[in-house]
Order: sequence, then structure tokens, then C-alpha cells
Amino acid sequence: MTKTYTEINEKIASGKAVVLTAEEVIAYVDKHGLETAAKEVDVVTTATFGPMCSSGCFLNFGHSTPKMRITEAWINDVMAYCGIAAVDVYIGATQLRHNDPANMYHPGEFRYGGGHVIEDLVAGKKLQLFGLSYGTDDYPRREIRTMFDINDLNQAIMVNPRNCYQNYNVAVNVSDKRIYTYLGILRARMRNMTYCSAGQLAPLLNDPYYETIGVGTSVWLAGARGIVYAQGTQHCSLVERSENGVPVEGAGTLALSANMKEMRPEFVRGVSFKGYGVSLALGVGIPIPILNPEILRRTTVRDRDIQACVIDYSTDYPEKTDRVLGRFSYEELRSGAVELMGKKVPVTSLSSYNKALKICNLLKSEIEDGHFFLSEPSQRLPLNQGMKSLTITGAAR
Amino acid sequence: MITKKIYLYFPKSETEKPIVYQLVKDYDLIVNIFRAKVTPEEEGYLSLEVTGSQENITRAFAFLGTFDVVIHAGNKGVHWDESRCSHCGACVVHCPPAALAIVDPHTRTIAFNEDRCIECLACIAACPFGACSSAF
Repeated sequence: MTKTYTEINEKIASGKAVVLTAEEVIAYVDKHGLETAAKEVDVVTTATFGPMCSSGCFLNFGHSTPKMRITEAWINDVMAYCGIAAVDVYIGATQLRHNDPANMYHPGEFRYGGGHVIEDLVAGKKLQLFGLSYGTDDYPRREIRTMFDINDLNQAIMVNPRNCYQNYNVAVNVSDKRIYTYLGILRARMRNMTYCSAGQLAPLLNDPYYETIGVGTSVWLAGARGIVYAQGTQHCSLVERSENGVPVEGAGTLALSANMKEMRPEFVRGVSFKGYGVSLALGVGIPIPILNPEILRRTTVRDRDIQACVIDYSTDYPEKTDRVLGRFSYEELRSGAVELMGKKVPVTSLSSYNKALKICNLLKSEIEDGHFFLSEPSQRLPLNQGMKSLTITGAAR
Repeated sequence: MITKKIYLYFPKSETEKPIVYQLVKDYDLIVNIFRAKVTPEEEGYLSLEVTGSQENITRAFAFLGTFDVVIHAGNKGVHWDESRCSHCGACVVHCPPAALAIVDPHTRTIAFNEDRCIECLACIAACPFGACSSAF
């Protein structure tokens, strides 16, 4: 029994599509059986909400009089990249604010940066643009300082090279000293542990072999209709997988894009990691079309079937030793504590299951109401791709 | 006997006065101070818990009212902004009295129980979203 994208979209258009969240589908298939459920269910909604550092946006300011080819720019004192056309800039999530002391007084606070600029833009706040130029015959203006908000821009397009990591490391600190990482504050001698995945709700954990999520897939990016525009950077499908095909480490990633003018501020949040830096937390929802029973079976994956590896972030992670201290399921991690190397370690998350669940339900309603349609990928994500390391060659004098 | 948490702001004119001493001596209150601070501008901040009879607490609040002190009853020195909280749970392990905790295990919703807070301020550093802040 199979369905096509066209058939499912027709059902969505007529308001008859059966949509379940990645959480609801588990019990549904348990009750009705795989074959029956595959006939009945059309779409399963998946989602994640968490820090996604490889995020940013292109902004087009429109031209002032006289015109200017901006060569350097700062938005609320956060530097934007200007090495593109006259009044286009790109601002990245992890860019620090000018004069931020960073970790000069360790651990730094990193209260404001690129991620916060993006949040403020989506929230409709007024921001300051300061730009410089060397001046040309056709673009004579050399300096600009003005206030603007997202409505003043021609385009504000989020372009994120790496979002939605399929799975992720669980971080712990075995050293005698507290450390500050992108997975939060890790107390000395394994006194806490952090994971960062939506587990059974996460898009790529519900489609582990990228059968429906590919280049061209329609996604819900912070409330806006977005797309997967490419494989994400560091997409690495050749990793160890459990018997159910689910990777036990990072693995696949997605490059996403959407119009920021349609986004909801609740799902676009600047974050500050003490001692580490700034970033952006984003909410992403991805619908999985139930084309056949096998695709449905994959979406019934539950927290206890998904494993993640514990890595020591004091030595093994920075030194790239590949050592894994232990492996736990998300069910065990969500219990609040696990036993590692004979010690009970409290566990917390950086990814918000609460927001991910909310997104699954929001996307479900949008599909049920006939506002969100599925798109067939034009290209599959690579299934046999590894990841290169950077070899340092030549004389570094 | 009842216990109330209060947070007081003393303008420069009042920082020299031994107000807490009088709460103990004249109103028979048990005082438990969480945090106190005097700024270089000589303004004072005090976050404390008072225990005593309802009558004495009412009289003590009236006494505080005779000074130019701002009283925030129940509103402590640590504020949790629910709209900024993303319910990730990163704070939970860093909060010793479990004032910040998961209150619904299914939706993994976080809530802040003000009464449990000891104002250690660990949450402020631990929360990437800036949901927790200190009044002083």
C-alpha cells in the first residue's frame, strides 16, 4: 500500500488529511497496527527547538540618496558581512558585538550578538545600521547611520547552512575544573551532563535514511514556510547506527532558508552561553509524508530506541580523540540522571522538548487546515558520505 | 506564625538606618536575609524572609511604610521571565533548591517556585535565554 505526494496534497487541500505528531503516531501504530495505520495516516509532524549556531540572514536595505556601496556594516554594533552587492549584508548568529570583551575576563557573558540581532529583527524592533564605504563614482556615499526595522527592508531571508542535526553528543566534564561550552556549563568531575536533541520528535531521527526529507522539502522554519535548500554542512551519513537505522551520533544535517518577515519571535531566540559565546535558538518543524508502511514504521521511533554518545568536553572533544565514555537512550537521559563510570550524574537538556512538541502541534494544525502542503524533494541527501578532518600542512612560521 | 518573603529598596536617605534591627527587636520577627547590597550611590537592596505573627508582620510593614523604603512583598530579588523561558531545562541541574524544575514531565514544562529560591543566582549564568535576572 503506497501513497504519492500528489494524493496526500489533494487530501490536505480538501481538509481530509490525517495528521499526527511524532509523539501521537507511536501509540496510534501500537493500537491499530502498521498496515492499517499506513492506510489511514497521511502525515507525521516532527520538530526540534534548540541552539543552531550555523544560522544567519541576508538583508537588503534598499538605496539611500545618494547611493552607497556598503563595505563595512554593523547592526546594533554587531558586524555584518558586506562582501556582496551594494546594500546586501549577511549577519551570522555567532558574531559578537563590537567591543565585547569575549573571554578576556573569563568566563565572558556574551550578552548580545548576531543571534540577538536576528531575534530583534523578527520581533519587529528598531535597530541601528552603521555602515562605511570608500566611495565610488556610482556610489558616492561614504558613511551611513540610521534606525530601521524589518519592515523597512526589501528582503530579510534566513539562510542557515547547518540546522537540525540528526542526533547529537551528550557532554560531560571529567576534569577537576568547571568548563564553559556550547552545551552549557559543565561542572567538574561529571557533576552534570547535557544533551541536545528533541529525540523522538526530531525530524531526521524520524527519517533516518532521508527517504522523504531532502533538497526541496518544505519546512516550517520559526513559523515561516521554508525549504531545505541543500545538504547541511558537515552532513555525514556514514556513521554508526543502531539496529533500527538511527544514528548514535551527529550524522545528517540540513541547510534551511525562509522569509524572516513571516517568522514568529517565540521561535527565534538569541542565546548567550557563558564563557562560550552567542548563538541563535530556532524552532523547526518538518512534515513526513506517509508514503508507505516502512516510512511510517520509522516515525514510530521512541526515546528508548534512540541512543546518544557521552563525550568528555574537557579533553576528548577538543583533542578529537573519538573516545566515547558511554551511551544512553533519550528515555534514560530524560529521566534526569544516569549512571556513568559508577557515578550517578544529573542530566539536563539544551534542546526544548516543550517547544518542539508545540511546533509539532502547530504544524499539524496548519496541515489539517489546508495551509501547509508537502513538497517532493528534487534531490536526496547523500547516504554514503563521510566527514573530512582538516590536516595542517606547510610551514606555519 | 507566618513567613513572608520581601525585597526592600532603600534610597540614599534611608541606608544608614538600622531598620532590620528594629524588625527583630520591636516586632519580634525572625529574619532570614538572602542577599544585601549597598551601591556606590549609597542605595540599598535587601532580600529577606520574615517570620512572625500576622499581627506583628502587619505592624512591621506599617513601620517600614514610615520610611522612604520600597517594599515588594513576595517579589524576591530573582525574577524568572516566563516569556523568555524556552523550557529547555538547562537551569534545572544548576538550581540547588530545585526552585526551577520540570513541573510537567510529559510536556517538559519548567516553572519557577519563588518560595524555594535561595537567590544563589546560579540560574542567571546557566540560562542561555536570559530568562532569569536579579533585581540587584
